[in-house]
Amino acid sequence: MAAMFATALFLPLVVGDYYLQFAAKVMLLGILAMSLNLNVGFGGMVSLCHAAFFGLAGYVLVLVTPEYEAPNLVWTLLVALAVVALVAAVIGALSLRTRGIYFIMVTLAFGEMLYFLFHDTSIGGGSDGIFLYVKPLLTLGGLSIDLENPLTFYMVALVCCALSWALITHLLASPFGDSLTAARDNERRAMSLGIPVFAVRLVAFIVSAVMAGLAGYLSAAQFGFVAPQMLGWHMSAVALVMVVLGGTRKVAGPLFGAVVLVVLEDILKIYLGEQWKLVYGGVIVALVLFLPGGLQDILRLTLPQGWFRRTAPVTQPIVVGGKQ
Amino acid sequence: MTNDKSVSKFAISRRGLLAASAAGATGLALGFPSPALSQGAPLKVGLMLPSSGTFAKLGQFIDNGFSLYVEQKGGMLGGRPVEFIRLDDESKPETATDNMNRLVGRDKVDFVVGTVHSGVAMAMVKVARDTGVPLIIPNAGADEATGPLCAPNIFRTSFSNWQVSEPMGKVMHYVGHRNVVSITWRYAAGIQMAKGFAEGFTKAGGTVVEELTLPFPEVEFQAMITRIAQLKPDAVFAFFAGGGAVKFVTDYAAAGLQGKIPLYGTGFLTDGTLPAQGAAAEGIRTTLHYADDLNNPANVAFLEAFKKKTGQVGDIYAVQGFDAAALLDVGLTATKGDSAARDAMFAVMGSAKLDSPRGPLAFSAAHNPIQDIYLREVRQGKNTLVSVASKGVADPARGCKMT
Amino acid sequence: MDIATFAIQLLNAVQYGLVLFLVASGLTLVFGILGVINLAHGAFYMLGAYFAWWFTLATGNLFIGIVAAFVVSFLLGLLLESLFIKRLYGRDHLSQVLLSFGLILVLDKLRQIVFGRDVYSVPLPEWLSGSIQLTDLQSYPHYRVALIGFCLLVAAAIFFVINRTRIGMIVRAGAENRDMTRALGIPFDRVNRLVFAVGIALAALAGAVIAPVSTVFPGMGDSMLILSFVVVVLGGVGSVPGAAIGALLIGLIDTFGKVFLPEFAGVLIYLLMALVLLWRPTGIMGKREI
Repeated sequence: MAAMFATALFLPLVVGDYYLQFAAKVMLLGILAMSLNLNVGFGGMVSLCHAAFFGLAGYVLVLVTPEYEAPNLVWTLLVALAVVALVAAVIGALSLRTRGIYFIMVTLAFGEMLYFLFHDTSIGGGSDGIFLYVKPLLTLGGLSIDLENPLTFYMVALVCCALSWALITHLLASPFGDSLTAARDNERRAMSLGIPVFAVRLVAFIVSAVMAGLAGYLSAAQFGFVAPQMLGWHMSAVALVMVVLGGTRKVAGPLFGAVVLVVLEDILKIYLGEQWKLVYGGVIVALVLFLPGGLQDILRLTLPQGWFRRTAPVTQPIVVGGKQ
Repeated sequence: MTNDKSVSKFAISRRGLLAASAAGATGLALGFPSPALSQGAPLKVGLMLPSSGTFAKLGQFIDNGFSLYVEQKGGMLGGRPVEFIRLDDESKPETATDNMNRLVGRDKVDFVVGTVHSGVAMAMVKVARDTGVPLIIPNAGADEATGPLCAPNIFRTSFSNWQVSEPMGKVMHYVGHRNVVSITWRYAAGIQMAKGFAEGFTKAGGTVVEELTLPFPEVEFQAMITRIAQLKPDAVFAFFAGGGAVKFVTDYAAAGLQGKIPLYGTGFLTDGTLPAQGAAAEGIRTTLHYADDLNNPANVAFLEAFKKKTGQVGDIYAVQGFDAAALLDVGLTATKGDSAARDAMFAVMGSAKLDSPRGPLAFSAAHNPIQDIYLREVRQGKNTLVSVASKGVADPARGCKMT
Repeated sequence: MDIATFAIQLLNAVQYGLVLFLVASGLTLVFGILGVINLAHGAFYMLGAYFAWWFTLATGNLFIGIVAAFVVSFLLGLLLESLFIKRLYGRDHLSQVLLSFGLILVLDKLRQIVFGRDVYSVPLPEWLSGSIQLTDLQSYPHYRVALIGFCLLVAAAIFFVINRTRIGMIVRAGAENRDMTRALGIPFDRVNRLVFAVGIALAALAGAVIAPVSTVFPGMGDSMLILSFVVVVLGGVGSVPGAAIGALLIGLIDTFGKVFLPEFAGVLIYLLMALVLLWRPTGIMGKREI
């Protein structure tokens, strides 16, 4: 996986600005999907409000930015993530009182609450969304990181993506990860072993929300625009599709799910025009019915072992919380 | 720091621009043909319009209007063949920047034409300002596009929200209404229309008793209509469009208010929606820069050609698309088809005088139309011309600093 | 607020709540009996409205249009259950969420291909199109009165079937304890298919009866879906009386919220839900333990 990230460093040498932007967008969605998988795949919590944290961080960035002055990257990011953590703590504490179908519905409803908060009120431009006219800037001595530059932005997105992957991997390898997966597999047994299930889940929920917030912050900086739809449940559902497409049992799986899904969407739009959603929806239905393990299933079944290893690092062994 | 992006993105067209200005600028004056690199190649026009969602039909009419003009010119603009690159914006602001980058960055279009939804148009304006790509807005009325965010490369062939709503304030005061309620969706277009109307109405001496709003695009109007009946104003000013307009007008009539508290609005309340509204729309008066039965020669010819091409009756959206193509044609003809000679082209386009189906059409310094605003009334299912509400209306273009 | 205005707003709230109840009762049954989370429920509300429009236009009779919308949706429900939903029983909720999300996209696109994307209005018959004059300006449309009456009838029918018939007994037993009911040898396949089809047909029926007052448009199912989720959370999964209470509560909060706190009407509903969750995590009429 680390090798993949290293290879990605050289992408700017071969493609133009548009594709760099495209790649950065995919990386950010990859962070969103990987962080969601911490809840879904490893925590057993199917959350439908993940995009709400993504969008919330974007809104915070835009709202704390003075109109015509470049915002400071460090403190706006910290504020955004702090707000997300706080909101996630409240939503998590309420939602985690429930299980199963209730949890899905409650997170859906809370996500929509945030959506309506920005959609109906004039806090952030209402249903029209709101613009960010100047992008965040960081100056440290001689070093300056200006997110306005596509190359810089790509590098920042890449680094954040790699860091997110590393963070989740390490988290899962720690005792915390063991507790989380143990609670997923059998809540009662985990409790009787003395694992504070509620607290563990809440922490996982908040950590994943903060990572989604990081992706959302960068996404808002990339496009210079946030709209309520960033928080809506359709976006959360798309992130879930990425997770399942890439496979839930590997940390990096959802990242590849994001790559495949976004590229698929682009190709469908080019070749099918308006009708792309028909096929897109059909693909999702087929995925659930025939490929519950995601793309990893296809690769494992169809490709010769050697080829497979080189091109699909998804399956390189990654130690995750002892549970496979 | 913003230039970084545009330099690399527009390497080719910048080179074209340099070539044109080095050799061409003087060359043009001397009568040499411009040596721009892409002269023989087709002109790439990106049409970013909604082809799905609430505004899909409007997008389709704009597209047809634009194509109609190009067809009339033998498939060319300014003497160059035209290649269309169409992209569905779905009326979703959140994907607008991405879509715009796709057209400009990946497909390298020479012009972008779009769109209907104001929020999407604002995102397009932003990219157009960053990259310098010429943008023609064939519908969205957001005041900012030709206000604080105006730019030399941004033109509009439709209207500004202020432009179509402010004259209605004067009209309603003139016919004797003093206390009025306004109702609209709480989004940029709605708020700007209600504000434009209130400005005209209060300046004339009337009072806006209450400004009712509901979230876009909600259509559960019952509670609001009950509130109107409770307030008993002399008249109501409403801005809704598409499905919302149909529902509001039918709900208003169903609640028994039709004919008792007269309903006024900007043209969108009854444009393209009359078949669905039926008798509920009879008597509604609206202001717009077009009426179905304008009988100036340009409109008669346009409606006939449009009917022949599409089998449908042309409307204001088709006209706006048609005029967008006409405006581009004027600019490109002046530069002999050289889309890289932007400055020259913009200058010509800015001072263009078009014989539009809507009547005479010129452009303000902020590149917004200067046009007549008509008062229309729904009679037997048609938006019938009553009078010219205000002649040669120009948007005040507040906050526009053209650089 | 004078008495007449208050009365009208109260009627508006009740009518809104009743329509919401029709949608949510179908949803809560599908949850409770099949254990399947169906995000595509709102799409059937929309489809019901389109069917009603199409059949009313074809036959010239609104009543036939509404009945046809119900029947066609019921058949569609049987078909979808046997093609897709059946494969979801016992699968994790994640698969159910994704499959129904995929179905939403497909159904919406098919609707666009079949019916187009215009906004349509459904004409009312002469005898229903008037309104009751309350004061000189305030009146209440006949159709909305009829709508309230009709919804009450349907609600009564639902309660009757569930509380007084054999099939209702099975349904109640299924909602109480799915595995035990199955173990007792109840023909569950058929019951499942029936419940799913009826659930969907109820959503479609709500869309059909609301069509004449709301017009028919593409996005109409979205907000209904989320609201009926909230209703189910409020009332408790599988509980039809709970859905009724939840739906009426939301009707009241939404209508009066719009009048008094227009900007926050949307958020108020979710605040209510949060409060109820603090009080009873499984809803007002939900089972205690989960």
